[in-house]
Amino acid sequence: MKPYALFLGCTIPVRAQNYEISTRKVASALGLELIHIPNFTCCGYPISSLNEMTAEAMAARNLALAEKEGADICAICTACTGVLTEVGKKLAEDEKARAEINKRLKPAGLEYKGTVKVKHFARILHEEVGLKKIANAVTRQLKGLRIAPHYGCHYLKPHEIYEGFDSPEDPRTIDDIIAATGAESVSYMNKTRCCGGALLAVDENLALKITKEKLDQLKALNVDAIGLVCPFCSVMYESNQKKIETTFETSYNLPVLYLPQILGLAMGMDAKDLGFNMNRVKANAALQKAGINV
Amino acid sequence: MAEPIKIDKEALSFRDEVLNTPGGEHLLRCFACGTCTASCPVREVDENYNPRRIIRMTLLGMRDEVLRSDFIWHCSTCYTCSERCPQGVHLTSIMRALKNIAVREGIIPEAYRMQAKSIRAMGKIYEIEDFDNKKRARLGLPELEKKCPDLEAIIAQGELKDLK
Repeated sequence: MKPYALFLGCTIPVRAQNYEISTRKVASALGLELIHIPNFTCCGYPISSLNEMTAEAMAARNLALAEKEGADICAICTACTGVLTEVGKKLAEDEKARAEINKRLKPAGLEYKGTVKVKHFARILHEEVGLKKIANAVTRQLKGLRIAPHYGCHYLKPHEIYEGFDSPEDPRTIDDIIAATGAESVSYMNKTRCCGGALLAVDENLALKITKEKLDQLKALNVDAIGLVCPFCSVMYESNQKKIETTFETSYNLPVLYLPQILGLAMGMDAKDLGFNMNRVKANAALQKAGINV
Repeated sequence: MAEPIKIDKEALSFRDEVLNTPGGEHLLRCFACGTCTASCPVREVDENYNPRRIIRMTLLGMRDEVLRSDFIWHCSTCYTCSERCPQGVHLTSIMRALKNIAVREGIIPEAYRMQAKSIRAMGKIYEIEDFDNKKRARLGLPELEKKCPDLEAIIAQGELKDLK
């Protein structure tokens, strides 16, 4: 089987090391090999607003680097997953587009043949590792914990690029994985609602209003934590939680956990080894409900 | 009272410009039902943002009003409208096409300009400093490259070559 190259993008290496650490630990424990490519860059997402072709060339460069190593790509940011999947699919199917992109890759001494598969880690867990193997790896049931899954837009949409692995309107893959840990995956009305992250740099107040909507809803549902799979969704719900509390005179104190952190705990790993000390909103009280002392 | 909107040759040329920009191909399918606006998370918190209106303005040839507006930059790219559109209009892609055209006209929000500069200079939005690599090493995470000259070469020969 081809190994996966772990694609980190921009945000994870400097702002979400807890996500990276927990992903690597859980992947390794489940027998999934992740190789390291040190010169992966930005996926191209922010550039697509400025110029689509330049963004495609950036994505293609990353795909070509993985191809050179004989690897597929495991992405853990949903925006990176979206861009790399979309460009990868286009270049695999459209020979003319591939020739055009390869002209652009020439100055980098690269050529892309169109063979790299891109998947989000959560999709790999659900689709390849499988719920059965995950359930078997769970040694510590997270009974009593109520976790609200947040999917992140680009994990599911546009659905045309994702081969129907989950439903864009009524998704369940992350719910399934949370449920496999023994925690309760709490369903709520705006489960697929956007975090607002793409607007943070352009209009902070507008972005935070979008983020606030979901936090308000989850507060009313009295959940113990949000479980998510994208560093930028976490920037919105966790890093900006205090700012939203101050700006809009409210309070949440709602822990925001990465899915591999939740899974790692259930697999018996120490919270410290899963980077819980880097989570800004402390999850200690929530974890105690499941009998875990941090 | 607002001036009547004249749909002349010039107005139609904007429509064609969008149709010919990657992502803008499905513009003419819109029958203005408003499913996009009803589904939009940005609209939910800001009633000035209205995807249906942006499409209508584009079809009516209001080039300057569209390209110089803040709202083309307020799409959160969540794809909800694209998923729900009964006519298969890829609104997220149309918004991207409109932004791309605005950039060709030299209109770029400062935040995007800064992101593009960082990406060109360092390969990523956020710089990997020695401090970050040291911290990563401490956490048992592999080192990352701080610069990426071959990506710079790719960007330098493309449409954004003057953005540095």
